[in-house]
Amino acid sequence: MISVRVLIRPKEGILDAQGKAVESALPALGFDGIEHVRVGRVVELRAEDDRSLEELCEKLLANPLIEDYEIEIL
Amino acid sequence: MIWGVLQFPGSCDERDALHACTVATAGLGADGGTGASARTRLVWHEETDLSGFDGIVVPGGFSYGDYLRVGAIARFAPAMAAVARFAADGGPVLGICNGFQVLCESGLLPGALLTNESTRFICRPGELIVGASDSPWLSELEPGERISIPFKHQSGRFFAPPEMLEEIEANGQVAFRYAEGQNPNGSLNDIAGVTNRAGNVLGLMPHPEHAVDPLGGTTDGLKIFRGPAGPAGVREAAGATGG
Repeated sequence: MISVRVLIRPKEGILDAQGKAVESALPALGFDGIEHVRVGRVVELRAEDDRSLEELCEKLLANPLIEDYEIEIL
Repeated sequence: MIWGVLQFPGSCDERDALHACTVATAGLGADGGTGASARTRLVWHEETDLSGFDGIVVPGGFSYGDYLRVGAIARFAPAMAAVARFAADGGPVLGICNGFQVLCESGLLPGALLTNESTRFICRPGELIVGASDSPWLSELEPGERISIPFKHQSGRFFAPPEMLEEIEANGQVAFRYAEGQNPNGSLNDIAGVTNRAGNVLGLMPHPEHAVDPLGGTTDGLKIFRGPAGPAGVREAAGATGG
């Protein structure tokens, strides 16, 4: 079995509402000078091999219209 | 007209949708409204046979908890494969809110729905302008008509990549836009609802099923639910034996 980590992010250029909300909260907490916050998600899984990982990402884990993904074999 | 209203774990608007179908169909049955519509019912997400229905509603809610991404998991429900077949055969399919998100994830409709620009859940009355789509769902509406349909969602920001958006517009697939100044979520081109190329599948974020009773302030939702039956629906319903 291999351990896999998939990182899914909103595509560049698409307004990331969650990232914007986090970013706008930072100054109130005293964190200055931080910008371009983007919020994605991480999916960790174990698989027998890496053959179907691309398909898994395209079909379920990410929506290719709005999200980019990176597959990392750990 | 016999309606099937899908029900996923986490659906929450399916009973309002069922009520809307029943109210909309009243008066269209062979026996004055109680006949065919009595077979209108909820369809559990594990069902795979939709052959007895004349129209399908994919309702609002939070199917499968909306885990991973709104509508992402519901897409793989056995009933959704049946909906895809039903739609391919030209059957009328209506996706409302979460149902719209599910239809987009399924590829039955173009585009995707993102978190509202404000990140807030919105719930208030609102107005839509009817598009010029050639769709059975719009048969009781005029292009440019202004209708009142409640807005109630957190992930309703319609998005499509530039080429897809151009195509949607060029093909006349924009069924509804938010009225001027009322875009509640940052949707591109103020798009509130789109159809597929053929027009038989419609998805929209606002909730026509909550707009069927005068007590709710508007009954404009009925115009959408009555669309597929239309004037011809009376004849069809009269001749239908169901199945």
